[in-house]
Amino acid sequence: MNESFLFGKLTLDAIPFHEPIIMGAVGGMVLAGLAVVGALTYFKAWKLLWDEWLTSVDHKKIGIMYIILALVMLLRGFADALMMRSQQAIASAGAAGYLPPEHFDQVFTAHGVIMIFFMAMPFVIGLMNIVMPLQIGARDVAFPYLNSLSFWLTAAGAMLVNISLAIGEFAHAGWLAYPPLSELPFSPGVGVDYYIWALQISGIGTLLTGVNFITTILKMRAPGMKLMHMPIFTWTTLCANMLIVAAFPILTVTLAMLGLDRYFGMHFFTHDGGGNPMMYVNLIWAWGHPEVYILVIPCFGIYSEVVATFSGKSLFGYKSMVYATMCITVLSFIVWLHHFFTMGSGAKVNAFFGITTMIISIPTGVKIFNWLFTMYRGRVRLEVPVLWTIGFIITFAIGGMTGVLMAVPPADFVLHNSLFLIAHFHNAIIGGVVFGVMAGFSYWFPKATGFKLDPFLGKVSFWSWFIGFYIAFMPIYALGLMGMTRRLAHVDNPVWHAYLIVAAVGAVIIGVGIAATVLQVVLSIVRRDKLKDTTGDPWNGRTLEWATSSPPAFYNFANVPVVKGIDAFWTMKQEGKAPKLEPSYAKIHMPKNTGTGFIIGILSIGLGFALTWHIWWMAAGAFLAMVGMTIWHSFDEHRDWFVPSETVARTEALHFGVKAPEVVQ
Amino acid sequence: MTAIVKDREFAHADHSDAGKTPLGFWIYLMSDCVLFASIFAGFVVLRDNLNGGPAGRELFDLSFVAVETGLLLVSSLTYGMAMIAANAGNLRTVFVWLALTFLCGFGFVSMEVHEFGKLIAEGAGPDRSGFLSGFFTLVGTHGLHVTSGLVWMGVMFVQLALRGLTAVNRTRLLLLSLFWHFLDIVWIGVFSIVYLMGAA
Ligand code: HEM
Ligand SMILES: [Cu+2]
Repeated sequence: MNESFLFGKLTLDAIPFHEPIIMGAVGGMVLAGLAVVGALTYFKAWKLLWDEWLTSVDHKKIGIMYIILALVMLLRGFADALMMRSQQAIASAGAAGYLPPEHFDQVFTAHGVIMIFFMAMPFVIGLMNIVMPLQIGARDVAFPYLNSLSFWLTAAGAMLVNISLAIGEFAHAGWLAYPPLSELPFSPGVGVDYYIWALQISGIGTLLTGVNFITTILKMRAPGMKLMHMPIFTWTTLCANMLIVAAFPILTVTLAMLGLDRYFGMHFFTHDGGGNPMMYVNLIWAWGHPEVYILVIPCFGIYSEVVATFSGKSLFGYKSMVYATMCITVLSFIVWLHHFFTMGSGAKVNAFFGITTMIISIPTGVKIFNWLFTMYRGRVRLEVPVLWTIGFIITFAIGGMTGVLMAVPPADFVLHNSLFLIAHFHNAIIGGVVFGVMAGFSYWFPKATGFKLDPFLGKVSFWSWFIGFYIAFMPIYALGLMGMTRRLAHVDNPVWHAYLIVAAVGAVIIGVGIAATVLQVVLSIVRRDKLKDTTGDPWNGRTLEWATSSPPAFYNFANVPVVKGIDAFWTMKQEGKAPKLEPSYAKIHMPKNTGTGFIIGILSIGLGFALTWHIWWMAAGAFLAMVGMTIWHSFDEHRDWFVPSETVARTEALHFGVKAPEVVQ
Repeated sequence: MTAIVKDREFAHADHSDAGKTPLGFWIYLMSDCVLFASIFAGFVVLRDNLNGGPAGRELFDLSFVAVETGLLLVSSLTYGMAMIAANAGNLRTVFVWLALTFLCGFGFVSMEVHEFGKLIAEGAGPDRSGFLSGFFTLVGTHGLHVTSGLVWMGVMFVQLALRGLTAVNRTRLLLLSLFWHFLDIVWIGVFSIVYLMGAA
């Protein structure tokens, strides 16, 4: 292909004008973007947006932005899912359907990438951001600026995926881009390059989050809080972030090697020239299996908090929960080969990985029993977070069992790459991760915003997801057992048709659930006065995040709490020592806002775009600008300020609903 | 005793450094360790995939690499001296040792670039074989790390010159020293596994 100096491989042909579906989606995105810009201008909110959000280093606001990103990307990932489900429902009765194969391939790739990297990850990290510092009684994370940078790099990656819809194409090599298909001879377009750069950029953001949160948990716990006093969600956050630090560099290296093959003609994973495609598969899963635990372990933490709070009891087997989590963290690194038993590593190797995989289900089982025993004889309040949790326990048990089934190598030889596998991991990831983040969303929403979510629509959402999931994926299990393989744009077997139609209906029911969530958020914002949480403790909580106002002041705690054991806030309430208005407060040391993270994020979009399209001058410029910004930022040593004690006193008085105390001059 | 303690004791608990930065940097270094481990693994897997091209023993000039190694090891030593000077509060001596460190590091990178250029000119570039892809990537990644260490050192010069041995600058010197010694250790691995074992 000809490359020009100014535009690299980019020409006007890159915009798919002739594709009505894509142009419709792009048009919708542009219109939505214009609407946001228009609203911001109309309400004169640009300065507010910049001051309060884009430059914010407040972990709670960063968390909220992560979750907004996740919800937006959920809509896109789900739109892709609907397209696939409808295509397969139509195109199995001999019809061609409406998605040509090369488009269908991009859709399942984009769906997988978006759902894992730009829906589930931001959702989980967003909840960690909002909750973990509050749970340990800290006023911020260890590195507030890095936290903002992490978010903007993640958002930049998501942006690149969305840009690929309008300019060029996305990868069609599946969500893990296996070579040799993802190598240049078989994927000559820019799709895989978008994929590589989107994941590299957001991956760096995730890695920085890992460094940041581990340091925060190890160094910034409230006085008296020993490790074995930490709330379970904080424990699971710690374990998940240790997995991030240990696993994400492997992803970085793997994608870098793929990039070197594509950009410099190297031979890491090519068929010829001494490359080894199976090395890619090994490397990517050495990251990929820990990744699924990075997603689900924090969700285990959410369920634990929800179960304890709404049963009115402390968690059954706190210590066994901690040890089970640590076991899973370690074991998750020695099971990766179960993703490719069919590679042919021999019976002994397969047996080893089959057994380790089965062993990992033991600590998971321990957890399930801990949750059940916590609820047993508790006064369980069936609020929305509890519904998600019970739905999870049922659904995840089934997903776990089909997983153990496939951990038997001979069985996996039959089921590998079939729809049975697709059903299994959606079973685990919807039942485990999506239900988990939804539980966390409804549980901590009042803490983050100051008002509860409308409970009725929450129940609609839960029941739609729960029922929709079973209708959408049980037929997929059956199809897998009948021999239907994954990633098919079109099938000719009439027997399968009915199953695919049922599955499509299930997906639509899930769609009702997603719509209910969107409506729930909108409606709750409208009715926020009625749903207001004035106490800061709407659920009768047990852990420190409930010891502050909702939403917490930006400094979280006017006085740092002192901790004597697990369930610190519960103990305070029992002893009548919950925080109350104090006659005076000390000034508080807080980090200042900075726009550096946002600007570097924007520059990284330019970098990724330029590298994708071989626009070398722009890539060099963006890269140098990013380095320059970083150096420039390092010269600014005045990153903190003191919140005057009067401000603290006034804020606290407002929270406790009293007139501000006289300010003594 | 109340459950809430007056803030004065803890006012600085969260935003004074309290060892957060070194700990965070350590954790980052551990992740870098995993990064290098993955590249090492890739290299070892592809080591014998010569694709009809040259093997290590035909390419490597061990005495050349020995000089490179020497430069890097000496630079770790000189950095150590810079740290001693920093602890003694002697800014001028810090500058001298840092400059020596920089020169050694720069010499190392220049020699590496020279070696790469020579190999490519001989037709043994990274696209020649799986082995050479692994070689260039592993050694090159280390080289890029050293280069970014040099850039950082350059910034460090300016910051020291502008602000002296402040607490912030001392912490940064410490981090850079961790980084620099870490790269030394990685190089020992590269030297043994790539060059010594490759030339045997
Ligand atoms: C909301 C309901 C969802 C539906 C209806 C759905 C549907 C689908 C369908 C039809 C496929 C393609 C199956 C095939 O290859 O034939 C697929 C693949 C996939 N889905 Fe989902 N999905 C949903 C949610 C999710 C979620 C929440 C995640 C992750 C967090 C996820 C991750 C994936 C991945 C990784 C793939 C594999 C893509 C590939 O083959 O490369 N999905 N999904
Ligand atoms: Cu796995």
